[in-house]
Amino acid sequence: MILLWLILIPLIGGIFSLLVPAKRAQLSRWISIVAIALDLILAATLWTSNSPSRWLYEFDQDWIPQFGIRFHLALDGFSLALLLLTFFLGLMSILASWSEIEERVGFFHFNLLWVLAGITGVFLAVDLFLFYLFWELMLVPMYFLIGIWGHGRKIYAAIKFFLFTQLSGLLMLAAIITLAILHARSAGAYSFDYQALAATPLSTGAARLLMLGFFAAFAVKLPAVPVHTWLPDAHTEAPTAGSVVLAGLLLKTGAYGMIRFILVLFPGPAHEFGPAMMTLGVIGVLYGAFMAVAQRDLKRLVAYTSVSHMGFVLIGIFSGNRTALTGAFIQMISHGISTGALFILAGALQHRMHTREIARMGGLWQTIPRLSGAGLFFVMASLGLPGLGDFVGEFLVLLGAYQANAGLTAVATLGIIAATLYGLRVTAQVFQGPNLHNWRLPDLVPREWIIAGSMMAGLLWLGLYPQSFIRMFESISSRPVLNITLIEGTTR
Amino acid sequence: MTSAALNASLPLLALAATSVVVMIAIAIKRNHAATAAIAFAGVAVSFIRLWPASAVAPIQVSSLLTIDRYALVYVGLLLAATAAVILLAYPYLENRSEHKEEFYLLLLLAALGSVVLAASSHMVSFFLGLELLGISLYALISYPRIEALPLEAGIKYLVLAASSSAFLLFGLALIYVANGSMDLTGAASPSTSGAMSVSYLAGTMLVITGIGFKLAVVPFHLWTPDVYQGAPLPVTAFVATVSKGGVFAFLLRWLHAGSGSNGALLVSLTIIAIASMLAGNLLALRQTNVKRLLAYSSIAHMGYFLVAVVAGGSMGSAAATYYLIAYIVTILGAFGSLVALSSGGREMETFEDIRGLFWRQPALASVFTAMILSLAGIPLTGGFLGKFYVLTAGASATAWTLVIVLIISSTIGLVYYLRIIVAMFSIPEEPGTENIPRRLGITSGLVLGLLTAALFVLGVYPAPLWNAITAAAAGLG
Repeated sequence: MILLWLILIPLIGGIFSLLVPAKRAQLSRWISIVAIALDLILAATLWTSNSPSRWLYEFDQDWIPQFGIRFHLALDGFSLALLLLTFFLGLMSILASWSEIEERVGFFHFNLLWVLAGITGVFLAVDLFLFYLFWELMLVPMYFLIGIWGHGRKIYAAIKFFLFTQLSGLLMLAAIITLAILHARSAGAYSFDYQALAATPLSTGAARLLMLGFFAAFAVKLPAVPVHTWLPDAHTEAPTAGSVVLAGLLLKTGAYGMIRFILVLFPGPAHEFGPAMMTLGVIGVLYGAFMAVAQRDLKRLVAYTSVSHMGFVLIGIFSGNRTALTGAFIQMISHGISTGALFILAGALQHRMHTREIARMGGLWQTIPRLSGAGLFFVMASLGLPGLGDFVGEFLVLLGAYQANAGLTAVATLGIIAATLYGLRVTAQVFQGPNLHNWRLPDLVPREWIIAGSMMAGLLWLGLYPQSFIRMFESISSRPVLNITLIEGTTR
Repeated sequence: MTSAALNASLPLLALAATSVVVMIAIAIKRNHAATAAIAFAGVAVSFIRLWPASAVAPIQVSSLLTIDRYALVYVGLLLAATAAVILLAYPYLENRSEHKEEFYLLLLLAALGSVVLAASSHMVSFFLGLELLGISLYALISYPRIEALPLEAGIKYLVLAASSSAFLLFGLALIYVANGSMDLTGAASPSTSGAMSVSYLAGTMLVITGIGFKLAVVPFHLWTPDVYQGAPLPVTAFVATVSKGGVFAFLLRWLHAGSGSNGALLVSLTIIAIASMLAGNLLALRQTNVKRLLAYSSIAHMGYFLVAVVAGGSMGSAAATYYLIAYIVTILGAFGSLVALSSGGREMETFEDIRGLFWRQPALASVFTAMILSLAGIPLTGGFLGKFYVLTAGASATAWTLVIVLIISSTIGLVYYLRIIVAMFSIPEEPGTENIPRRLGITSGLVLGLLTAALFVLGVYPAPLWNAITAAAAGLG
């Protein structure tokens, strides 16, 4: 029941903040804060509990019995970690849009809360039909966030985002349905249940095709090169909160789907296609990093670093060993925080300077030292400075991937060098140097202090004590259901 | 006629009687409200009579009509849609200058034709129903007879529908030559030991022409955009729902009676389905008029139905029926929103008219958005579950080509559905234009509220309806 509330609270909060009259916009901001904070607290209380069964918590309800579709939510350490990230970044993005969003505040927060509810559902659903439902459901409010409150070519970006996700999502739906039909042929009854489908015997050919159907949806969300082209547009044109949710959370749903569904439902093809997927990941790492070096728009630069970082996640997932997989998991969390923070800073700069052109910036340290200092911190986190979260993730991924494929790993390491390039370029051209344009800007306000401070704390925590999160992940990576893949992966 | 047969056919008789009553009432005294009330009451009585009828179903009423659960499901659907159209038409007509009362008479006759189609088990009743529907529609489409567009649309429909009827009639004659029977079961399968005679095959194709015209599938779709655009909005809603629903019910019954095993027929239906899905969605991309856009989108949606029809089996017809119910609810809601917008006399139909609607009339725009999202097949709406069932039926029958085309074309479709939503949510340049927020009329508000509720019930809690549909479809044999 508690899992249902995790989804219902933002949904209800969203409706309330929509109903608030336009003149009392402040109230809808507070409603959203309270709703998400409530969810964060709820999720945090779940953390302590430890249960010997497969799931820490479950909520299971009959829904469409003719097709064996159930309203089945379940929580384990993996989803719990992502839920904590979801609500944390949710809070941050509400705070970040506190003064940025002035128009139609109620509807904005309605959409923001509904996106978060959809993402929560994605991380909780273990019935594949329900999973698809939430998967699609988070699209519509995100579309509105970009299309109404975005900048520049917002309509183009929003529609492109929607089309990419929808087409790949429908391919996944077809794969889900086919899987259920194959299950019905072998077991005699339809089922969309995750564990039931994992036990369905599949022929090699069918498993390959179905896996590619799932992979299409997850690769677009992750994103993997070459289906990443929606990302720079959507991230750049979205309002700050939209960028944070996109980069911090929506991309994670892709990685989550790969770990939760592809590795478990199709262990054979996942192993077989492993090298190909890792190659895609390496291409993403290098391509994203080099594209980031070449960007002139600050938000676009950060967007391309996401492509690069998620490349590491892809490598980690398909390396087929536990170290790399754990690294991918840590990278998911820490990338959410570090990139989210960079988007918030880019948004704060845009709000102050009304430009995102790196060439128009420079020497900001002289006028806004505190914001610049925070910027330096997050850039360093993003390029993988030891002691901060991203380093742990990338290190573990490379360590594990080296055992699987030394050549590819060596090439992927070049991505870190490119990351240093774009990282230093941001610091040098935005924050340091002479203040050529004579910017005089207000520094961080207390609200922004809270955001930057808590995100720094999060990154330090991940960097210095990653074990607390790794343990959550181990609670599933050591379970038999995921072991299948890992054993197959290591007995090369 | 036995009392059971009388009971079973009472829904149809009630509808026919109501049209006579309406005619007499108009002759005594013209009164818009009273006429609309009589028409609505007649439809309601007919709807209530479905339950006594279902007690005696299945039953053969003369050799022309079969009243079984399948027919009753469709008759109920068509009656509900007709009632919705009546309620939507009343405030719309109230602001217009023509004589209003005959509209209801024509509407009832057209509904009767459609209902007959749903129950017909004989080629003769099929043709009678189709003509009753068609001839009433000629007049309905050009009802605002002093305006150019409706007249043009009416004439276009008249010429094309008449010629398609001629094709159909010729096809029926050829089938009769081949089989010596006009009865549906007899006419469906060739009597001469399995051999497909040329005249039977030609006849079947000509019948498909007639059915395809009414369903507006490619390549028989040419009338659709003009008629959708030219006809008054309530009539467009009627053409899109009741008229297609009846023909659709007949098509499924005909295929189930034995033609479903006809390979050539299935191949041509597959081609029609693929062409409709692609052409409908691609042509809709270029439209700037919402009515025309919905016309092209309806072509694509008929293609989706045909996917389920071709997939066949009890799963296929149940999926198609579910999709049809969801589609009828959705499209009634979409046109209903436009009707409610247009109560000022002029039809609101271009993208300019709906620009920024959400900020002027949030409730109405939300309803319209929900309907568009359902057409696009977004979860929680009936349209999504409909599409899910169609995909499941297609995948069960391993009709991969159809499934892939459906996926690709519905992604194309998303582009123009999103354009409508973009227009509604775009921020108006100058606030306080002449479109001041208007209150919805009681009837429109009621209908739109019910339709929205139905949309979400169809999308969230399908289990009871799905059971009823599968039971009804199983009765088809």
